[in-house]
Amino acid sequence: MDLRLTVNGRPVVEDVEPRLLLSDFLRHRLGLTGTHVGCEHGVCGACTVQVDGAAVRSCLLLAVQADGAEVRTVESLAAAERLSPLQEAFRRHHALQCGFCTPGILMAADELLARGAPSRAEVVDLLSGHLCRCTGYVPIVDAIVEAGNA
Amino acid sequence: MKPVSFSYVAARSLEEALAALADGGEDAKPLAGGQSLVPALNMRLVRPTLLVDLARAGLGGIERANGTVRVGATTRQVELQRSEHCPQLAAEALPHVGHAATRNRGTVGGSVAHADAAAELPVCLAALGGSVVTDRRQLPAAEFFTGPYTTALEPGELVTATLWPTAAGPCAFEELALRRGDFALSMVAVSGTRVAVGAVTDRPTVLHEVGALLAAGEPGDELAAEAGALAASLVDPAGHLHASPAYLKHVTGVLVERALRRAWTSG
Repeated sequence: MDLRLTVNGRPVVEDVEPRLLLSDFLRHRLGLTGTHVGCEHGVCGACTVQVDGAAVRSCLLLAVQADGAEVRTVESLAAAERLSPLQEAFRRHHALQCGFCTPGILMAADELLARGAPSRAEVVDLLSGHLCRCTGYVPIVDAIVEAGNA
Repeated sequence: MKPVSFSYVAARSLEEALAALADGGEDAKPLAGGQSLVPALNMRLVRPTLLVDLARAGLGGIERANGTVRVGATTRQVELQRSEHCPQLAAEALPHVGHAATRNRGTVGGSVAHADAAAELPVCLAALGGSVVTDRRQLPAAEFFTGPYTTALEPGELVTATLWPTAAGPCAFEELALRRGDFALSMVAVSGTRVAVGAVTDRPTVLHEVGALLAAGEPGDELAAEAGALAASLVDPAGHLHASPAYLKHVTGVLVERALRRAWTSG
């Protein structure tokens, strides 16, 4: 069926099967492979993107449910070759190693930061929805808190 | 980890949704926020032939009237969380419901209709003595939940709203999960003298014996401990990989005691 939506500011019209997940739509149809796919049942948080400004699991959303929506992926954060302040904070704090979980965390943190500077406790609570198996969470928390206070 | 093939209808009204579900027969399923249904689709635990999306059927919205808050079925959990009308008990429980990103999509009606025995909102609704409204009738929570993932809903019947009465006195919600946002090992919701438990029972369960004990006693540490001990003796959880039956009973008692003490001191 016909799907019309905006992805990272660009209007997109695609014919999709109802069973196609938003995560697979972004990666396989649009080539936006910055969105990572981990568990595919909503636990790991790697596939988190924003739909109409709200962070959501793209593996728990059918692409057709995003009809008419404005979707933002991690590719929208950096302007040209310049990292966003949040991404820059991640770099400064060594808040990533393998980077698999990073796009999801960035998109969730981006929503949190849009509502104002979060407390450390709020950041920790947010990260309960994101599994990172290499860096450890402390530098990630540091980076998000710093970006919030910038 | 991909769903089976199915048809999809985005219903524009309740009538359209009901008609599509009736046409679709027994393998048609309503889709609200999808935060429980889509994982089940991905794992092919459910194989519907048709999904009827309710997101645009006009079933959202939160209103307060005569001491009751009416929460439209497709109201997102995050909307209830941020609403000035959010019942205090639900406000305490909502941070435990999944994670921020799933609360952004998950709905109140979907959680109730899904009837997971370890879901927070149904336990709160039961503790408050709330009701579930469908396209056909209104049912007290105690009659709506009939078992794990099982409700009194008939084929083709849709939850349209839930009704949340004002708490009957001091209230509090407590749960224990291995990690924040994980399914709880046990959970307790208190509203006045009504104590409801979840995760250790096959459905949200009001412990009436505990209520009788509380109604006859004086609020205080002693009564809270007694109520906890009684609650622990009343539940009979099967236990699982992460916790033995004895531990789950113990934890339930501790949570009841903790919830009561907190309700009484903050109320």
